[in-house]
Amino acid sequence: MSIARKSLLLHGGLLALLFALQFLLPAYHQGNLARVMVLASYAIGYNILFGYTGLLSLGHALFFAAGMYGMGLAIYQFGLSPAPALVAGLIAGLLVSAVVGFLALRTAGVAFMIVTLMFAQAGYLTILYYGAYTRGDEGFVIQQAQRVLWGIDLSDATNRYFAAWGLFSICLLLTLWLVQMPFGRVLIAIRENEERARMLGYDVFAHKLAAVILSGTVSAMAGAMYGLLFGYAGASFATVQYSIFPLLWVLLGGAGTVMGPLVGTLFMFYLIDLSSGITSAYMLIAGVVLVLLTLFAPQGLVGEWRARVWRWLP
Amino acid sequence: MDFGPYLILASLEGAVTAAVLALTAVGLSLVFGVMRVVNVAHGEFFMLGAVLAWWVTSMIGGHPALGFGVALVLVPVLVGLTAAVADVTILKRINYDPERTIIATIGILYIIQQLTLMTYGPDARPVTPPFNTRLAIPWFEFGENGLQMYWPWGLSTTSYKLGVIGAAAAVLVGVWLLMVRTKIGLLMRATQLDREMALAFGIPVERVYAIVFGIGAGLAAMAAVLIVPIQQAHYLMGGDPLLLSFIVVIIGGLGSLPGTVVAAVLIGLSDGIISVFFSPTLAKILATLLVALVLVFRPQGLFGVKDA
Repeated sequence: MSIARKSLLLHGGLLALLFALQFLLPAYHQGNLARVMVLASYAIGYNILFGYTGLLSLGHALFFAAGMYGMGLAIYQFGLSPAPALVAGLIAGLLVSAVVGFLALRTAGVAFMIVTLMFAQAGYLTILYYGAYTRGDEGFVIQQAQRVLWGIDLSDATNRYFAAWGLFSICLLLTLWLVQMPFGRVLIAIRENEERARMLGYDVFAHKLAAVILSGTVSAMAGAMYGLLFGYAGASFATVQYSIFPLLWVLLGGAGTVMGPLVGTLFMFYLIDLSSGITSAYMLIAGVVLVLLTLFAPQGLVGEWRARVWRWLP
Repeated sequence: MDFGPYLILASLEGAVTAAVLALTAVGLSLVFGVMRVVNVAHGEFFMLGAVLAWWVTSMIGGHPALGFGVALVLVPVLVGLTAAVADVTILKRINYDPERTIIATIGILYIIQQLTLMTYGPDARPVTPPFNTRLAIPWFEFGENGLQMYWPWGLSTTSYKLGVIGAAAAVLVGVWLLMVRTKIGLLMRATQLDREMALAFGIPVERVYAIVFGIGAGLAAMAAVLIVPIQQAHYLMGGDPLLLSFIVVIIGGLGSLPGTVVAAVLIGLSDGIISVFFSPTLAKILATLLVALVLVFRPQGLFGVKDA
């Protein structure tokens, strides 16, 4: 079997499995899995930049929040229906990531990390500053009546699961397609050796900018869907913690792998879910996992699997 | 109150912030300068200092000054040792790779913060200042009888706040002397200039790194011990000092100690003044945007010199 065939079979099988789980799982885990799939879409967005282009951003919460508030405010303040609101979230993410990318890409390495962190912090503070419209830390609820998309009530658990599955499928197939396209190959080349990519005649800045915008827009889409599916938008989604989470998920699952974001998000979600039953200090787990990963498994779960067993894994 | 006395009050508050900030930021700057790593857990070492100061002072009875004095000496050493252990067990093993170090220190940040939450709890707890006399400040104004001196209501500071400023200045001078007058300072500067060459000359670079990481964390802890009688010890208090130190270190020029001190005074004072007259949130938005733009357009810092 050719590699492309194998990979299509594997990822198609994964999507079919996730689709089938809807009918098999009890209600509690079904709700969790819907949440995990939306958050994994966010992680996929992060992975495009971190895993495939090799740029470590500490400010992706800004894009997630841009999508969430672009969508949320369109409904909450302007009374739009969900479909144009989602588009508004997407455009918000596109614009914010274009501006941030254009400025931040003038720096590299540690400076890039700090610049993205600072932009995200400024974004979070801006949400608090305009608390009169965004309701700051408290956030706002999107009513059930406002969450009906094309006649489908997204607050219903089954519909919500399918919507989350749809979003995740699109994002997964997008990365799968991306890494086989010339554009994706150039991104990987930039990650591996930026100087060489430049010398081969590729416009490195334009490719990086496109990667930031793509990554930011996918993250914003996940943020908009999260707000719509779970009916809430709050400033806590713009905090540093939500910039750290996708990094953690992608690192755990395996940076630069197509399935890594889902594996990492699923693993971490249940780890925190189980430990929050024992202690309120559940972020301790996140800290320990981060340290252990940097020490012992910098390639993450899927990455280690690829290094040892399936070398063809995209 | 009139504008003038108000401004004096705001500058005094700003000066206290600046003093504490200078200590914290110099710690961060030292670590970045010598080791070329960004320590995201720096704010948590600050928090650990405050919490341990509460613990030490509550263990020791008698006059508040006694417990505070012990805390001022003991706590930075304890925190410094903790940091040195973290350096040897974690950072050394990932070879101080810049990006992996940031991820690892984010992990350390959550570990320290959450362990404090589990043991110390979510409450904010006060520490009694060792001395605390209220000092009123006079103000001059032209009245009907020419220049008049009077004591506006509310315009005052405490002897402790002035003490904090003095103590911070003394410690900063101490750090400077350590860097330029001692053997270990010489080793640190040599390592900063050229790590490979330092290794070739037989300098135990790894031990220097552990010491620098310890001193950096110790400085943050000392700043926290000084501020904790004014603020309170809380497990989430590390966020603001971390952000402000980042701002200061970047504006002052990464790794430059004099630049860091100048930037700390500038940021501390303006933060105090802007926060009094405008919204503190707005002050923070402007400061974070300023940092991002400085990094983008003037990466050597506002006071730094461009590398050739």
